[in-house]
Amino acid sequence: MIPLSWYLIFAAALFSIGLFGVLARKNAIAILMGIELMLNSVNINLVAFWRYLSPEMITGQVFAIIVFAVAAAEVAVGLALIISVYRRKSTIVAEDIDMLKF
Amino acid sequence: MTPLQIIFLLVAAISLGGAVMVVTRQNLVHAALWLILVLFGVAVTFVLLNAGFLAMAQVVIYIGAIAILMIFTIMLTRKVAKDTDEQLNSNWWGAGIISLLLFGGVILMLFQWQNFQFNLPNLNPSVDPLLQLGEGLVSPNAFLLPFEIASVLLVAALIGAIMVARERK
Repeated sequence: MIPLSWYLIFAAALFSIGLFGVLARKNAIAILMGIELMLNSVNINLVAFWRYLSPEMITGQVFAIIVFAVAAAEVAVGLALIISVYRRKSTIVAEDIDMLKF
Repeated sequence: MTPLQIIFLLVAAISLGGAVMVVTRQNLVHAALWLILVLFGVAVTFVLLNAGFLAMAQVVIYIGAIAILMIFTIMLTRKVAKDTDEQLNSNWWGAGIISLLLFGGVILMLFQWQNFQFNLPNLNPSVDPLLQLGEGLVSPNAFLLPFEIASVLLVAALIGAIMVARERK
């Protein structure tokens, strides 16, 4: 029997590692990878809460599926933006992408 | 220790180790391959939570589509992102402190919550969660509208991605 707490601690650790990747990485694609880690930890939490607290309702799984769809949309647009910036500025380092700086 | 607990601890350890590799590797293609390992670990976690459909969707959507798309983009932009360059920015220690603080804060909050040591309730054997999920996604009384909105969002995002990445003449 796995207690709920194990899943929550696992998800919290995965989220923190993903946050570190988002904040510390230079490369824009690596930042997107960190965001993927964070979204995955959120999904673990949603499914764990569904299984432990309200297994008779399916809401948790539906929420996880919508997170899947949003993650796919986010990666598609993010990578398209990175390709577009790469064409114009020949860089994908997040610090150097400062066209919107006032 | 039951076998399920041992499996969970193994999967969690491998996933967390892989996640650390994802955020620290110099070579981005290696980082993407570690990311695939982490995504597999999360899929195994879904199986342990009786969410077989989500585990399948995790493998198909995350590993089959998102991770491969990332590897393509890494290879397309490899000319500017040399593996020998420094991959962490100058504020990486601040990022580490923030992540550790967040982790510590979340754990502290969790230990004050009385449901924290909640044990597993049995699934009602007469209800199939997969059947329930499928009916929930197409039933107007349940989640038809959010599901359709997610579909429209996905179509809009993909068309937008094509427009953004298109080469202008």
